[in-house]
Amino acid sequence: MVLITRRIEFSASHLYHNPAFSPEENRRVFGKCNNPHGHGHNYTLEVTVAGEPDPVTGMVLDLKELKEILEREVMQRMDHRFLNYEVAELKGKIPTCENIARVIWDLLDPKIKQGRLHRVRLYESADLFADCYRNGAAC
Amino acid sequence: MEVKIELGRRYKFAASHRLHTEKLSEGENARVFGKCANPYGHGHNYVLEISVSGDVDPATGMIANLAELDPFVEREVIEVFDHHSLNEDVAAFRDVVPTTENLCIEIYERLKSFPNAKLERVRVQETSNNSFEYAGANGRERL
Repeated sequence: MVLITRRIEFSASHLYHNPAFSPEENRRVFGKCNNPHGHGHNYTLEVTVAGEPDPVTGMVLDLKELKEILEREVMQRMDHRFLNYEVAELKGKIPTCENIARVIWDLLDPKIKQGRLHRVRLYESADLFADCYRNGAAC
Repeated sequence: MEVKIELGRRYKFAASHRLHTEKLSEGENARVFGKCANPYGHGHNYVLEISVSGDVDPATGMIANLAELDPFVEREVIEVFDHHSLNEDVAAFRDVVPTTENLCIEIYERLKSFPNAKLERVRVQETSNNSFEYAGANGRERL
């Protein structure tokens, strides 16, 4: 098995707010991430696909195709958007790194036909990231 | 299909160490450890990456709140190692060579009791050219 990873970057804004919490609770749990007008990050997404290289093309999958899937599923949906208000898949969820990574996993997994989605790693900053992978598979 | 999610967090600390053991002769120390055995030690800017797993709390969207994870790591690791000599200032390295392999194990042991999520693994980068990972004594499958 060979792993192949493609990286993309997108910029988006978000805020953390749970309407079931009091204002004080929101402040206590989410700190400055609760500031009402939101803030933004440059996200870096690393998508890893696992598979056997095709004997004819030598490819696990065509990177051009992966690039198009990422453009359609992630960039067009999230780049330069306010994640809380503009991304339907995040409605009702706190757009943390964990939740965004999971949404991206669910968007990509059914679209990747050659090879198999192995890992989604989303960096919110160089110091904070979330990993999604199939339970039981090594990270 | 079940998907596992982990939260990864990166920290930095600067520390000095010397690779040297009383169990070897001076000549052997010099041969095994090279310039890392120089008598007064030397330092690195270490980068620590930890991964924790657990259920994502639907109320917060989080596996672990950084407001709890960061102070825990600060107390257990950063305060202990940052701007210290690993050999002289950390009890665990009194008789253990502070290689980054052993540093990884020591950090894992210090962090595994984090109460709000499960520690999956630690990765320590000694320089941008070498890094080390540990996931506990039975952690082979988590690497």
